[in-house]
Amino acid sequence: LIHFIKRALMMSHHRRKRGYDDDEGGGGYRTKKRRTNEHMEIEDRLESLILRVGEKSTSSLESNLEGLASVLEADLSTYKSKILKILVECAMKLPDKCTIYTTLIGLLNTKNYNFGGECVELLVKSTKDALKSFRWSDARFLLRFMSDLVNCHVVSAGSLLQLLDNFVDAALEEGVPQVRRDWFAYTVLSALPWVGRELYEKKESELDRMLGSLEGYIKRRKKIHHNALRVFKSDHPHPQEEYLDCLWQQIKRLRSDMWIEKHIIRPYLAFDSTLSEALQHNLPSLVPPPHHPSTLYPLPTVIFRMFDYTDCPEGPILPGQHSIERWLIEEQLRHILMSNHLERKECAAQLLSYPLKNKIPLEYIIVEVMFGEIFRLPNPLCLEIAYGSILIELCKLQPSTMPQVLAQATELLYERLDGMNKTCFDRLVNWFSYHLSNFQFRWSWDDWEDALTQDPEEPKAKFIREVLLKCLRLSYHQRVVEIVPETFAVFLPDKPSPNFKYAANGQFAGSVEVRASEHLIAAIKRKCTSEEVLALLKQELDPPMAEEDMEDNVCNPVKIEVFTQTLLFLGQKSFSHSFAAIAKFYSVLKSLGNTEEAQICILRSVVDLWKSHQQMLVVLIDKLLKTQIVECAAVANWVFSKEMVPEFSKCYIWEIVHLTIRKMNKHVAKLQK
Amino acid sequence: VTMGTIVPDLTQPSPYRDRYFDGTEDEWLSAISSTSTLYIGNLSFYTTEEQIHSLFSHCGSIKRIIMGLDKHKKTPCGFCFVEFYLRSDALACIKYVNGTKLDDRIIRTDLDPGFRDGRQFGRGRSGGQVRDEYRATYDSGRGGWGPSVKATLETGDMDGGFKKGVKRTREDLDED
Repeated sequence: LIHFIKRALMMSHHRRKRGYDDDEGGGGYRTKKRRTNEHMEIEDRLESLILRVGEKSTSSLESNLEGLASVLEADLSTYKSKILKILVECAMKLPDKCTIYTTLIGLLNTKNYNFGGECVELLVKSTKDALKSFRWSDARFLLRFMSDLVNCHVVSAGSLLQLLDNFVDAALEEGVPQVRRDWFAYTVLSALPWVGRELYEKKESELDRMLGSLEGYIKRRKKIHHNALRVFKSDHPHPQEEYLDCLWQQIKRLRSDMWIEKHIIRPYLAFDSTLSEALQHNLPSLVPPPHHPSTLYPLPTVIFRMFDYTDCPEGPILPGQHSIERWLIEEQLRHILMSNHLERKECAAQLLSYPLKNKIPLEYIIVEVMFGEIFRLPNPLCLEIAYGSILIELCKLQPSTMPQVLAQATELLYERLDGMNKTCFDRLVNWFSYHLSNFQFRWSWDDWEDALTQDPEEPKAKFIREVLLKCLRLSYHQRVVEIVPETFAVFLPDKPSPNFKYAANGQFAGSVEVRASEHLIAAIKRKCTSEEVLALLKQELDPPMAEEDMEDNVCNPVKIEVFTQTLLFLGQKSFSHSFAAIAKFYSVLKSLGNTEEAQICILRSVVDLWKSHQQMLVVLIDKLLKTQIVECAAVANWVFSKEMVPEFSKCYIWEIVHLTIRKMNKHVAKLQK
Repeated sequence: VTMGTIVPDLTQPSPYRDRYFDGTEDEWLSAISSTSTLYIGNLSFYTTEEQIHSLFSHCGSIKRIIMGLDKHKKTPCGFCFVEFYLRSDALACIKYVNGTKLDDRIIRTDLDPGFRDGRQFGRGRSGGQVRDEYRATYDSGRGGWGPSVKATLETGDMDGGFKKGVKRTREDLDED
């Protein structure tokens, strides 16, 4: 490939020369255009060459790098700024190819010292820009890249240490948010796997001093966020470490191993003799921009652990939680996830083609990373369904191993439900029911018989119940009955059906209220107006009042309940039918719900009617809020009322609470504008 | 900088063109590029609005679901429209829901220019979707044998009214 492109480039050089000769007279514009097009074509080819180096090839990586370096060297005069830009982009966006591009720059530096210098300058400038524009990942990968350039003899160890010290100073700065200080500490540590050995060999005492400062900071700082972000309350069987603490331990272990790590592929080693003859550059000074109150820093995290080596079958060993290998693998997997989450098939393929997959139990690490993302607090970085659909793709691509690992993971999480954060519990319910719905709801429910003897409020019993409720939403009642063993009947959700208080042949048959309801139904079928409905209700259900008492804001709960339940009973066929009913008689509901007390009455009527159909409840309350028939405050007061206490531990209540809060936030945001 | 891998963009509209669309190709593309409505295909006739709501809510807040109906019987005939408030939520469905299962069937999502009254009805001669009209396979979730096969079985007429050279429509592109 390299040879072909080389020839093509040489040919286009000649073509350009001929173009000059041909167009001495007119046609200057066409020549310029042709030249510009050719110029762009060559730039595109260069970009493609640079991006593709390191991909599968018949030649070795080293020979591809050598070839590419000589191709680029020839073009440095004409295409320098483009090449520089591409290389910096690769440094920021392709961190897993860091050592490939640093080697390339190392080779170019031996051929053209000035180019190496300009590269270094642009990298530092780009880091400053990234910090200024809060592109934290870009900045972190750039720092790693610049650190690795020390290994390629492009950057002097001393000047790198100076830069790292500036970052450490930022970590030690007083009076700024801890989240900022943590980021700087983390960023420095995350460069050390690449350059630790070199710094140890060349600048051991400076390195030790720097690490000492960092260690002091990391140990001294407050970690009140730790418990808020844990998935599991307990550190048994696996510790749930704060992210900076964990990396510190991993770096400490690396240090005790004399900074020797065998995971990172380092192409520059093959070129050591060439590279070590190059002149190094000093990094221009980089002082991180100061903190500004409006700056948002990346949130801290807790490292989610669910597996250790005993969980994996015979074969490659799972690297220990404090091994730097574990961190390196997880870094890379998370990066694949975040760069490819929009293309789930590509994402799954890339995750499974992780380069060193034969040396590690890859499926286990992938599953642990995926659940870590699903359970991330306060919120996952992507939609929960993104992770769910990627896991399905993983099962499709590796049907002999992935489904089993996922099943094992599910079992494991089921056993640890007791100490699980409640939000994560809900997310597990959502994920598991969604996953089952893609695999015909097949599961070995019998394995979970222990839940049968539990109190319904115990986590395992609750989990099974909530999972089946979600399965119901994705299918239908009879289906759910069929997928569980008969012994699990106690966990089955109710068959969703309306509990209409004023049914003609119900328990209140013959009463005034039931008669009113029947008249109402007839009137609605007759296509009466809202005014006629209000008049009917008033006539049949309002108690006779003296003139002085004729106030409209006295809440008549019976009237509200009869109307609400009758209306929604008529609309029971589907969500759309109910929504249409609400829309048609919107003004009646609005008129009836004129106080918070009345609105709570509406809510109670809806809940009594549809308590067996949680999904309908959520959807109706959402609609009532959206149409402002009820206010957020009414929903809040109703949810937290005494009568709702038995419902408190059920997922659907929290669905309602969350959607209400989100609506409230929207109102507030609108008012603030 | 392109990241080197060329992956088909899931948000590109399919080659389908609604032959009843009232506008030019450009107008179609313009509508598609701003829409937050999805067409959902390959549903079972028994899949309910509730199930659809449950699955698609994973991607965002749904404005409206319009069930596709048999033109004569007015019963669901295996497709629907899902309108989101936000286009980004519709695009998320194409990334994460398209090609996964609902009611044990792989469903298809496609950007739709927007619901107009009348589009909720099947356009097959028998009242359902065109893709069912000439379907030669048995699909228990979509009425078993297709209408033309049923007609053949009933009348013994081998020709079965199969139209030659009929233009392929989106429904035809659905996969089971």
